[in-house]
Amino acid sequence: MGVELLIVILIVFMLAAAVIALEADDLLSSVIAVGAAGFALSVIDLLVGAPDLAITQVVVEVIMLVLLIRAVLKRRDEAAAISSDLLRTGLCLLACGVLLAVVFFALGGLAGDDAPDGTIPPFGEPVLANGKRAAVPPGVSKQYLEQTVSETGAVNAVTAILLDFRAYDTLGEATVIFVSVLGAYALLRRVGRRKEGLSP
Amino acid sequence: MKQHHGMTSIVKNTARLVSGFIAVFGLYVALTGHLAPGGGFAGGVILAASGVLIVLAFGRRFSAKVITDRAVHIADAAGAGVFLLVALLGFLAGAFFANFIPTGEPHHLKSGGAIPISNLAIFVKVGAGLLGAFMALSAFRLTSKESKT
Repeated sequence: MGVELLIVILIVFMLAAAVIALEADDLLSSVIAVGAAGFALSVIDLLVGAPDLAITQVVVEVIMLVLLIRAVLKRRDEAAAISSDLLRTGLCLLACGVLLAVVFFALGGLAGDDAPDGTIPPFGEPVLANGKRAAVPPGVSKQYLEQTVSETGAVNAVTAILLDFRAYDTLGEATVIFVSVLGAYALLRRVGRRKEGLSP
Repeated sequence: MKQHHGMTSIVKNTARLVSGFIAVFGLYVALTGHLAPGGGFAGGVILAASGVLIVLAFGRRFSAKVITDRAVHIADAAGAGVFLLVALLGFLAGAFFANFIPTGEPHHLKSGGAIPISNLAIFVKVGAGLLGAFMALSAFRLTSKESKT
């Protein structure tokens, strides 16, 4: 129970940081608030027993903070404001609706615990596990955990899943990073910069 | 304008001492990805962090001689290529991404079949990719400042 209370406190902290990041007047404050939310997320990862994710989150957060602060530090222009109040209200309402829907499904939807075909298993019950309810089909996670060492020889089940059982996912992620870095190169390339520098 | 020549000598000396250790730690995290928490992605980001430290401390001009754009691009593409090659070699052994190397003894560094190779490929790919993106962004800042003056 203590851990869950700590997680709730951290989530409230993250929500506050997210609201500050949206509402802050200058970009630097927004970037720092986003960083605070990210570090809180890494602590949550550690508390729920996902050290792999926590390591990655901390490291990526540090790099992204350095990058964003360096990009933002010298230009103190204000964050681009949304022009009309109507649009802002609409976006807030949309966000509230999505949040309500997520909470609704996270608590088990309308079906409750003993319905034959509930929408989504209750919070904390993995979708892929062999659930207690009839609605949850026998999943593959138990199989993964049992056969990790004998099939792959790797002791860390997370890495075995990422690079062996579900290597397609990792290939997709690597492709996404590759394409985004290519986009950064293409946008910031030397040739285009020189031409732009001459024109004014 | 100070940024061109890097930061003070205290920062430079500290970066000189520490950046190698950071890179080695990234390699360690990537190599033992199948034994302990970590993996190629986290290790690659740590490798990129050591490069970012050098670029920030010594300035863009100096670090462009040590870490060239070309080397970073080649490493980025090579990492992605090796990862795809592992997948294709698995295809020769039966299925796409099949683990074609015998899975040695668990709890040893030499275990997990093709997993350490994939980890190293992702390590190189992510490290070079993030460092390249950072260098492109810092070069962009430099010239936009120059065009103002």
